[in-house]
Amino acid sequence: MIEKTVAELSVALASGDISSVELTQVYLDRIARFNADLNAFITVCDESAMDQARAADAARANGETGALLGIPMAHKDIFCTQGISTTCGSRILQNFVSPYDATVVEHFKTAGAVTLGKTNMDEFAMGSSNETSFFGPVKNPWDSNRVPGGSSGGSAAAVAAGLCAMATGTDTGGSIRQPAAFCGITGFKPSYGRVSRWGMIAFASSLDQAGPLCQSAEDAALMMNVMAGLDSKDSTSIDKDVEDYTTTLNDSLDGLKIGIPRQHFAQGLSAEVEQTIRDALKEYEKLGATIKEIDLPNNHLSVSAYYVVAPAEASANLSRYDGVRYGYRCENPLDLEDMYKRTRSEGFGDEVKRRIMVGTYALSAGFYDAYYRKAQKIRRLIKNDFNEAFDEVDIIVGPTSPHTAFELGAKSDPVAMYLEDIYTIAVNLAGLPAISIPGGMVDGLPIGMHMVGNDFAEARVLNIAHQFQRQTDWHRNKPAAFTQED
Amino acid sequence: MEWETVIGLEVHVQLSTKSKLFSGSATQFGADPNTQANIYDLAMPGTLPVLNADALRMAVRFGVAIGAEIGRRSVFDRKNYFYPDLPKGYQVSQLDYPIVGKGSLTVTLDDGSEKAIGVTRAHMEEDAGKSLHEDYQGMTSIDLNRAGTPLLEIVSEPDIRSAREAVAYLKKLHSIIRYLDISDAIMAQGSMRCDANVSIRPRGETELSTRTEIKNINSFRFVEKAINYEVQRQQDVIEDGGRIVQETRLYDADKDETRSMRSKEVANDYRYFPEPDLLPIVIDEAYIADIRARLPELPDAKKARFCAEYKLGEYDAGVLVSSRELAEYFEIVASGSGDPKLAANWVTGELQGLLNKHNLEVSDSPIQADRLGTLIARIKDETISGKIAKTIFETMLEDSSGVDAIIESKGLKQVTDSFAIEKIVDEVIASNPNQVQQYKEGKQQVISFLVGQAMKLSQRKANPGQVNVLLKEKLK
Repeated sequence: MIEKTVAELSVALASGDISSVELTQVYLDRIARFNADLNAFITVCDESAMDQARAADAARANGETGALLGIPMAHKDIFCTQGISTTCGSRILQNFVSPYDATVVEHFKTAGAVTLGKTNMDEFAMGSSNETSFFGPVKNPWDSNRVPGGSSGGSAAAVAAGLCAMATGTDTGGSIRQPAAFCGITGFKPSYGRVSRWGMIAFASSLDQAGPLCQSAEDAALMMNVMAGLDSKDSTSIDKDVEDYTTTLNDSLDGLKIGIPRQHFAQGLSAEVEQTIRDALKEYEKLGATIKEIDLPNNHLSVSAYYVVAPAEASANLSRYDGVRYGYRCENPLDLEDMYKRTRSEGFGDEVKRRIMVGTYALSAGFYDAYYRKAQKIRRLIKNDFNEAFDEVDIIVGPTSPHTAFELGAKSDPVAMYLEDIYTIAVNLAGLPAISIPGGMVDGLPIGMHMVGNDFAEARVLNIAHQFQRQTDWHRNKPAAFTQED
Repeated sequence: MEWETVIGLEVHVQLSTKSKLFSGSATQFGADPNTQANIYDLAMPGTLPVLNADALRMAVRFGVAIGAEIGRRSVFDRKNYFYPDLPKGYQVSQLDYPIVGKGSLTVTLDDGSEKAIGVTRAHMEEDAGKSLHEDYQGMTSIDLNRAGTPLLEIVSEPDIRSAREAVAYLKKLHSIIRYLDISDAIMAQGSMRCDANVSIRPRGETELSTRTEIKNINSFRFVEKAINYEVQRQQDVIEDGGRIVQETRLYDADKDETRSMRSKEVANDYRYFPEPDLLPIVIDEAYIADIRARLPELPDAKKARFCAEYKLGEYDAGVLVSSRELAEYFEIVASGSGDPKLAANWVTGELQGLLNKHNLEVSDSPIQADRLGTLIARIKDETISGKIAKTIFETMLEDSSGVDAIIESKGLKQVTDSFAIEKIVDEVIASNPNQVQQYKEGKQQVISFLVGQAMKLSQRKANPGQVNVLLKEKLK
């Protein structure tokens, strides 16, 4: 069962081949067996998952249908879940139980999906390896000495290892796409504003976007059908009709114009990854697409601009963790200042503190113009680059990451870690939709192919990704250690 | 040396929306602590702001009312600082692109002259909660009911030259805000708060000198006293060879003094930046036109109309339009009485006296406008005399029945029946032969004595004019 995609499980559930209770039990058993080592889940909801599975089966018996009815899933621990601990991978929220559900969580509940638990992540989504989590690093299912990527590493590893059928993630600079690439699964970041941010703990508000981590573009479409839409509780969500993303999956790619950014095939890209992507592109040529080289001349500025804007927003977003109302509070504070200082010093990890300091500095009197304002200007330049590119091509394709998953502890220099997201960050700065799908393997490790669409071209991106997956089986590859079903 | 005072005011007004600026929590004053704070107000992780459309409309209403520029693309910013009653660790405010830009208010000074005082800007922001230090030994408790209540901060130009002018500006602002019905603007309750920036400079100097900011002034009277105290203090400091330090000073009403709170030289760096959770507010011409079309008649226009339509003097008209409620009250009295000038005298005289004595607002007046109108109408149609009317006015405080019913039941109706008056006049002539003799010999002023006697005899119900005429006729 665990090799089946959501689309396939949905058919199995509808035909009565399996019940949601049985399926949920399969996943809970696998979590019990594998999670201690993999560390993909921070919280497992055995009882409530079984309750939800029973409810889904009962609903189906009552004639209810729905692609996600009874499908067992996981939520990144950045989404608030009522009555369930929501830690955001941080000590400061270790004891926090959310009083409400995120809109995304609510949508999946309404669709009848079963929540197996909450997945591990880099603390406050700040990281590209899942090593900054207070709850310890997640291991890559393909090689337990390697990182799963981050920040949605727990969700990516859980899907790849078959500990859930699908999972939610969030992407601020590549946090869905890079772990999807490292774990050999499909990860989709929608356009900014397409999915509500209500109840999704903020890292960098103008960049954060929720999206699916799953086994195929078709599954991503099914998940997006549930996740996307205007939310009156999120002023930045967009009032734009949501399409049924499954209906256009099989549109023809004949005449498709693919752009290959020169800057994404330059120095720093491993030769094997480059070759894999160039080979994958040939599949598109077979489907009638044409490929041309394009320029994203300001791409080299994206990481720098991002590491001003994101920490600046984060420095304010994380001010609320002050020990006053909820979350961690230091013991026996001497006075107010002592409480603030110790609560935050003890509650946050190093990377979070580093970014709060960077962001605070960038916004300080006398530095604002040189950093924050300039970064916003760069952001507009980057958006213009994309606009010009999309005048010529329909989709921009390249590698998701310069290389395959690296070893745990390999990147101790923060800047080296920041450069991990060199191909993905510009997309967040421009607010565009992008997907990472498995494009090949090197040395037993998966390689992600990154595809960026124009504003709100979700349906087109999913269509293009799906057509590749109809021609290839890379997305069917599973890590050997997790394939046997006992 | 002769000094000139320079004052600029920052006024915070709580907008009277039903719910908060960015959340659905109620904003009622005086509720139990923390009963009006939802997950956004508590800054729970993952919560987001949604702008209250009513707050925006009220802010624009104010801007349009004072003829100010309206920010067509207005932006919210985060103002960062840590404090336990500021749950998010930042206040959502507006820095570079406020909703209201430059405008002005015209105030009437003590000498009757008018002066325009510039308004630099007005912007929307959220209020903080309250920290309560008294109730818990060695601890601070937090009440977040107020957190997120919408405020409009109205900043004046440093155009104000005296404490009296400052009060005049504040009262005008208060009056406009009440006319617009956008805030209760009750200083004692904190729904209108005033900070005063005060500096002095040698008369003739055009540069601004170092200022201090006085906070915690919670009545019009204290504004005047606090500024006067501060001006004198600054003069004393400078004349003693000292210099003024830029700082925040608290006004202590009990001691009638200001004292240093914190020095601005170690000021907070608030690290303002655009609030990414809210899109810029874009306002079009139609929105402004709609608000303009729905503006009520404002105090200046109303005053001009009262002068023209009711032939009132500037001063009386000014008093009557100072509050929307009083002006409305007056207009009901005027139309009911048929004599606007007499109505104005009664409203600014008897009624205001009564309200002041009992410390009442006109909206709580025990004598309703229509009743006062009828009372004055009865003077006008000579049913009662002005003097009797004052007696009835007193009676009306306790007796809520109609004016005519009171006149009837107390037998206070003026006697205008000439037969009845003739009888009284005859009696007066008969019983005062000496005075009658004197009058006939040419001592004209005796007539008022005889009229007085007739009035006394009629228990003041006789129409004094009629008595006068009749007496003169009979004594010819």
